[in-house]
Amino acid sequence: MLKLSKTQWIGLAVFLGAVFVAVPMTIAAFGRTDLFFTLTSVGLLAIASAGVWLTFYIGRINIGQGAFALLGAYVSAILVTKAGMSFWLSLPIAGLFAAFVAVLIGLPILRLRGVYFAMITLVLTQVFTLTALALPITNGAKGITSIPLPGELSLFGITLIPDFATLGNPRVAFYYTTAALMVLTFAAMYRLVNSRLGHLCRSMQQNEELASSIGVNISYIRIIVFAISSFFGGIGGAMFGSIAQSVYPSSFQVADSVNFMLNCFLGGLGYVFGPMLGTLVLYFGWDLLFEFGKYQLLIYSSLLIILMLVLPNGLLSMKIPGLSPKARSGPEVAGKKEEPGQ
Amino acid sequence: MEQILANGIYLGSQYAMIALGLTLIFALMNVLNFAHGQMYVLGGFVTYTFYGQLGFPFVVALFLACATLFVLGALIEKFLFGPVIRRSSREESTMLLAAGLAFFFDAVILLVFGEKQRGVPKIVDGVFNWDFRLIMPYDRILICVLAIFSIVGFILFMQYSKTGRALRALAQDRTAAQLMGVNVDRYSMIGFALGAMLAGLVGGLLVTITGVNLGMGGPTSIKAFMMVMIGGAGVISGAIAGGIILGFLEAIGLAVLSQYGDITYLLIFVSLMIFLAFRPQGLMGKPWG
Repeated sequence: MLKLSKTQWIGLAVFLGAVFVAVPMTIAAFGRTDLFFTLTSVGLLAIASAGVWLTFYIGRINIGQGAFALLGAYVSAILVTKAGMSFWLSLPIAGLFAAFVAVLIGLPILRLRGVYFAMITLVLTQVFTLTALALPITNGAKGITSIPLPGELSLFGITLIPDFATLGNPRVAFYYTTAALMVLTFAAMYRLVNSRLGHLCRSMQQNEELASSIGVNISYIRIIVFAISSFFGGIGGAMFGSIAQSVYPSSFQVADSVNFMLNCFLGGLGYVFGPMLGTLVLYFGWDLLFEFGKYQLLIYSSLLIILMLVLPNGLLSMKIPGLSPKARSGPEVAGKKEEPGQ
Repeated sequence: MEQILANGIYLGSQYAMIALGLTLIFALMNVLNFAHGQMYVLGGFVTYTFYGQLGFPFVVALFLACATLFVLGALIEKFLFGPVIRRSSREESTMLLAAGLAFFFDAVILLVFGEKQRGVPKIVDGVFNWDFRLIMPYDRILICVLAIFSIVGFILFMQYSKTGRALRALAQDRTAAQLMGVNVDRYSMIGFALGAMLAGLVGGLLVTITGVNLGMGGPTSIKAFMMVMIGGAGVISGAIAGGIILGFLEAIGLAVLSQYGDITYLLIFVSLMIFLAFRPQGLMGKPWG
């Protein structure tokens, strides 16, 4: 099992308490139920960003997560609307299908490195958007609309999750579902990073040839990691489609893929919980700046640039004296610059 | 057929110029410049302001667009990319900076020029018509010729001038260039400025034909990435080849596949991915750039 220090257990308890108790209670106290939707979006985007972070962990710049999020959203939407399947079954299928496609696409493109991989994944997002426009099953530019809310999930006659449509405010239900999914995702990430596979990933991040020469099966690991990454993308996308009750080819585009990547950068590439913090800050930062009207984008982008100048290694690289960061991913891993391999 | 070829040459020469700037910046600094498309749009808007609004001669406006972008590029390298590359522990961090810059330019263009499509008066009137087999407005031919001259000029500059030699040395091996007495900081700045200037020059040239609007930046960047991937990142001949190939693919695709709807780009993307699976470094690139 996980070996956590005492501070880490306390941190975990505080985090869980905040997500499941404190935040809903605060929102209820102030009556700002619209915040549930915002926080749900943050949670889902953080799940997808976690996938991107994982590909960063093996030293690949992934700007293709939007493609897999779109794929997951469409798979779930088609299964629910056309096949009448329960949403709770379609969710893992969407994730697994995204992972399957990632393996197929990953086999050739994971041989690319550096900016080549970054650019090909960027193109991949565009390919998926265009494919969704062209295929008949995705209904083209009209998209798939009026997807029913998730139904009841019961096991042996015991209702585990009630039918969302019967609830007074399905947004609260979506919030709890997303929070649970996010906690699971990041727990899995933490476990993975601190496992043998995590060590192998770090060795690949530093030098693939060297890792390969001491017997690490690098092509196998990068496929596995890319598949896990896309699985998170598919899950995030499928949930998003269910909340919005619609999917369009423009639901996830190149800009979204770039944002997933920015979330990881902002939080810090050396820290497991970087994508979560990065997503929260970017999403809320954008929302808070709404008051500035037409200067919103100007201020937002200026802040991004300044942040990059002050903290080029991400928000979590900020050192607070006297407080050991609880969310470290084991040893410092962001140490090495990649040599320009000629 | 002649029409398709002419369109291919016309598109290809423009694309090659956009890709040249991107690949130059990449070769020198290992920076993937997400803001390249926005720089191109900015060049278009500067030309629009001076030529379309203030009534300066086109050549002067074009020169001013180049000068603006050159200075802007130099400042960006000096105060943004330089420090971040020095301080960051991972080179990829520059991508966040580049994306931030792209947003920043979008915001500035939106505030200063608005989101409307802007056009300028034609520089030459009339249409070249060869027996209805080849129809091409004269201004397109002029722009195409100008673009080709700029490309040739750029290659000669890189090949024979002192600055060009220094830049090539820098692209080949930074440390070795420094040991040979090349002022690395200064030439990085000049290189980035030149790349930005090329983007501004294309923007200025194309504003006379397609006009310019805010939304053109992002798609232009994606196209530029594709050309660089086809030719190989960081290689000048590769960028030119990539630009011309993409120009021809687009011209042929739009002519042949038009009855099947908008699938030209889907096919181009898919074939690019297949191509890269077999040749990851592009046509002329070094492996693992």
